[in-house]
Amino acid sequence: MATAVAALHRVRASSLIDAIGLLLLGSVLLWLVVKFFEDPTRFINVGIIGVTNGAIFGLVALGYTLVYGILQLINFAHGDVFALSGLVASTIILDVLGLGEDTSVIFVVLGLLATLAITMPLFALVNASIERIAYKPLRHAPRLAALITAVGMSFIVQNVSLALYGVDYESVPSFIPRTDAIHVGGIVIQWNKLSVFFIVIPVLLVMTWFVRSTRQGKGMRAVAQDTEASAMMGINVDRTISVTFLLAGSLAAVAGLVYLLQFEVRYDTGFELGLIAFTAAVLGGIGNLTGAVLGAMVIGCVQAFNEGLDGTPGGDWTRSIVFGILIATLVFRPEGILGERTPEGA
Amino acid sequence: MAAAPDNLLVADKVRKEFGGLVATDDIDFTIPHGSIVALIGPNGAGKTTFFNQITGVYVPTSGSIVFDETQVVGKPPHAIVELGVGRTFQNIRLFAQMTAIENVLVGMHCRLKGGIISSVVRTPRVRREERGARERARELLTYCGLPRRHEEYAGTLPYGDQRRLEVARALATSPKLLLLDEPTAGMNTQETAAFTAFVRQVRDEKALTVLLIEHDMKVVMGVSERITVLEYGAVIAEGTPNEIQANERVIEAYLGRGTAA
Repeated sequence: MATAVAALHRVRASSLIDAIGLLLLGSVLLWLVVKFFEDPTRFINVGIIGVTNGAIFGLVALGYTLVYGILQLINFAHGDVFALSGLVASTIILDVLGLGEDTSVIFVVLGLLATLAITMPLFALVNASIERIAYKPLRHAPRLAALITAVGMSFIVQNVSLALYGVDYESVPSFIPRTDAIHVGGIVIQWNKLSVFFIVIPVLLVMTWFVRSTRQGKGMRAVAQDTEASAMMGINVDRTISVTFLLAGSLAAVAGLVYLLQFEVRYDTGFELGLIAFTAAVLGGIGNLTGAVLGAMVIGCVQAFNEGLDGTPGGDWTRSIVFGILIATLVFRPEGILGERTPEGA
Repeated sequence: MAAAPDNLLVADKVRKEFGGLVATDDIDFTIPHGSIVALIGPNGAGKTTFFNQITGVYVPTSGSIVFDETQVVGKPPHAIVELGVGRTFQNIRLFAQMTAIENVLVGMHCRLKGGIISSVVRTPRVRREERGARERARELLTYCGLPRRHEEYAGTLPYGDQRRLEVARALATSPKLLLLDEPTAGMNTQETAAFTAFVRQVRDEKALTVLLIEHDMKVVMGVSERITVLEYGAVIAEGTPNEIQANERVIEAYLGRGTAA
């Protein structure tokens, strides 16, 4: 491991690699500029789809980056917690609340808020319990042990979803009309896209404020920077780690609902989306909160441009491209877009 | 052994073994209320290990440490801080990516009560508490010689200010016992003299008890009322500065056999 890191450092040190990286980045940007002038309206419309999906990826990516910041652990189970929360949300919406396409707007809004009021605390607890059961006993074990356990937890959560919901996709009727909310020139934003931001933006604002300003948030940042010194300043480290998992779990629950409203969810949805979100977190600089959201926006746009513009490899290649970005990030800029700012410093 | 009421801390036969190495060898040690006590000894004598056992980082292999009439052996570090033990670090360990005032607020963490739910819904009690905490943090910073730059990142402050900030952060935990681990390391003569005076002032004004580890003999002799000397994990001498200066075993430990005369 250490030699691999050293080798990577040597590779990084060579200016040739930097030059190749810049050349790649430059050619992609140039291509985007060309595409923009070819058909600005279409470019912007596709970009809006990208940013919308990016906002959803961002919520999941934050869960990875929060946990990594504080434990240096990649919590592979996070994507599956997200998917399970989406499935549970579908049950609540359809079977418990009985919302349908003809339900009035007020009841839809209230119903969705009620769903969040159930799934956020529920999956906050699920996530924190995973930490207590699976990761806490390994706190002082080699890091690899916790990492393998995280992969195991991912399978367990995925199989719980499979046992409860089977292999079929779950979806909800489109409560939020796909009619145009904004229509300027040829640029169109539909209500169902816009609604994503009505949920995601307040959640991000509250989370940022929580981490920056509250007593618990300060504790999280302190533990992320120096666990031992935090303990000696009277911070209960175990409790702070639990709070972090609670926060990550409730963000996953929000993401699960938003995703369900846009697409459909199955037991294995979290696997791929988890990898995409993890890529976003690495791209932005793992451990960095702003970076996770930024990285997710970039990945969302890459996906959208690849699938929505002409002259691209097309949808079949999206995964390859996203994971190509993961590899390219690790080779050309392992510290991510936002560089070496310490965990949760942002 | 019960804690005598005039001692804030009583360590009884504190032993720590790492494999075959005995890091602290049945140390008996007391700190009287309101005193300034120094722990000295050559490198590797076990000073920091002993410190770490008081603060709960290490659990002693055997022995007992009674602080303020409470057994602290086996308690987690944060619980010991709550009992009233605050510390600074030999190699400054501030939260570099947080502002000066945030560092102090982190120090107050265990004295504040805002929970997750109450912080998010911002109950009046939490708001009052936060306002009061910020005000007290500003006072503490000013008290410790940092009247300005409260909103700057701790990592960008000059070295001397970082040392002062560490003391402010430790004081923010409202300690009864303040542990200073080589507080004057890296300071020049003037700064050292000012710091020594400051330690006395803090002790008097905040009604604290101070335990310091220090290498600078001028500081040790100038500020402490009692000195304990460790060598190879064991106490070899204990007494007032004058007694320690005259103690042959101490001179031997520091300068080597043969030069003692």
